[in-house]
Amino acid sequence: MSVKERDPLTGHETTGHEWNGITELNTRVPRVIWWTIGISHVWALVYWVLMPAWPLVHTYTKGLLGYDQQLVVDDRVAKAYRQLETWRAPLTELPAHQIREIPEIMAHVNATAPALFGDYCAACHGTEAAGGPGFPSLVDDAWLWGGDAETIMETLRVGINAPHPESRIAQMLAFGALDILTRPQIRAVVDYVQSLSGLETEATPEVLAEGETIFAENCVSCHGEDARGIRDLGAPDLTDDTWIYGGDDATMFTTVNLGRQGWMPSFETRLSAAQRMMLTLYLQDLDAEAGE
Amino acid sequence: MFRKLLKPFARFFEMHARTHYRAERHSFALAAGIILAASVGGFIEIAPLFTIDETVEAAPDMRLYTPLEQAGRDIYIREGCYACHSQMIRALQDEVDRYGPYSLAVESQYDHPMLWGSKRTGPDLARVGEKYSDDWQMRHLVDPRALVPGSVMPQYAFLLDAELETASLPDRLAALRAVGVPYDDAQIVNAAIDARGQTLPDTDWAEGVAERYGEETNIRHFDGRPGELTEMDALVAYLQILGGLTDLPAEMQAARGD
Repeated sequence: MSVKERDPLTGHETTGHEWNGITELNTRVPRVIWWTIGISHVWALVYWVLMPAWPLVHTYTKGLLGYDQQLVVDDRVAKAYRQLETWRAPLTELPAHQIREIPEIMAHVNATAPALFGDYCAACHGTEAAGGPGFPSLVDDAWLWGGDAETIMETLRVGINAPHPESRIAQMLAFGALDILTRPQIRAVVDYVQSLSGLETEATPEVLAEGETIFAENCVSCHGEDARGIRDLGAPDLTDDTWIYGGDDATMFTTVNLGRQGWMPSFETRLSAAQRMMLTLYLQDLDAEAGE
Repeated sequence: MFRKLLKPFARFFEMHARTHYRAERHSFALAAGIILAASVGGFIEIAPLFTIDETVEAAPDMRLYTPLEQAGRDIYIREGCYACHSQMIRALQDEVDRYGPYSLAVESQYDHPMLWGSKRTGPDLARVGEKYSDDWQMRHLVDPRALVPGSVMPQYAFLLDAELETASLPDRLAALRAVGVPYDDAQIVNAAIDARGQTLPDTDWAEGVAERYGEETNIRHFDGRPGELTEMDALVAYLQILGGLTDLPAEMQAARGD
């Protein structure tokens, strides 16, 4: 320790450091600091006893309160769901048409479903549910698998061409890539399908007749003899004016040439049955509103 | 009162002060002392995690990243995706509500480096696997705003044209084995072939992938273009497995009310 000097003015000792004749006072540590340090130590002791604190080799002291953040959040989530139980239970127990008759539950559904739709559906089907290339519109009444509540529930549960073991499966063959049809044949059948839905086509009657034959030989097993689609197979109606991928020549050529297999995810693990029912009711309402 | 309380320790304080004064005059001793003092906290907080049993949960069904997924992960890192997307669902009610079961340590067991992150410009991706279709992921990477109008994510269309470099995959897997990922010899030797095989369903190569990495491995044309193996294939394959390496989180946290 250096030479201690007392500052004559304040009476404090100096640190012994000196810069050009200026010395530094060694003032006492303020009392508030000592208090803070003391209280922190007491707090630490209390914390060690109450909360998980000290590491032992393979485990640690759990504390008297047994606090565990994972248990806390599990508990909170479970509690939140229990609070919702009063109006959620009917969603999993009653059929859709009976749920619609309970205004209190429908009020909850109408408040919750749009957020669910925004998080889980809008990325593909669009914020207005109008779809886009490759993603079907949900408001055009042209349901691929059916628009009744049970069917929508099932589609949401298992998905389409999804990895779910019970997934709905619908694949359009790659008629060109698999050498089933030649390029002129594909063009003929595209012209024919376009004529079915009243699209203008420059094809001659002969080409259309050829297209009709090709259609009868290759397409009717899924799309039906009247080309109105078969819902059990998820095969779309080709006579209406809705197109999932597009009704122009180039897109339709690609569709027939390379095939299509749209994919909707399965929501069985991501969404609860009550949430899927809320979405189902919401989708039906959206579709009905658009139809008016 | 304090004075009375501290009186028994007076000698300690005196000695402490003396040492301090002495250390103050030797900058290296001071620096060493500071480092030593600061490392005590780190040592007590971090070191025990390596021996405490419950730090990492046991997940017997935990599967490895396939070479294609691992290549996708490297692209994810190369493109800086982690700068805007975290991969860590925290144990908070609102996060569990939005993203699903909170992340467990074991889910990042084979992540070198881990990509938990703490900055979310985009959403958390820890459980994004299978939430959207391959087609959606591909188109979203090509032009995010075509599918999500308000998005600020950059475009990654060039990934579709970039052929995936597979020659280094055996070495990359071997490097991961060196830090503890249990790849076996067959997986390392066949890494380049397996990367391609995962995009060729119904071929012998695909069967090899399923044999080495499990029947549940996704084997698809991830970028929608059969025949070409692009960086898009790898990145989409990686995105589609996020959250899908083990079922443990869902099993542990099944209590969602119904």
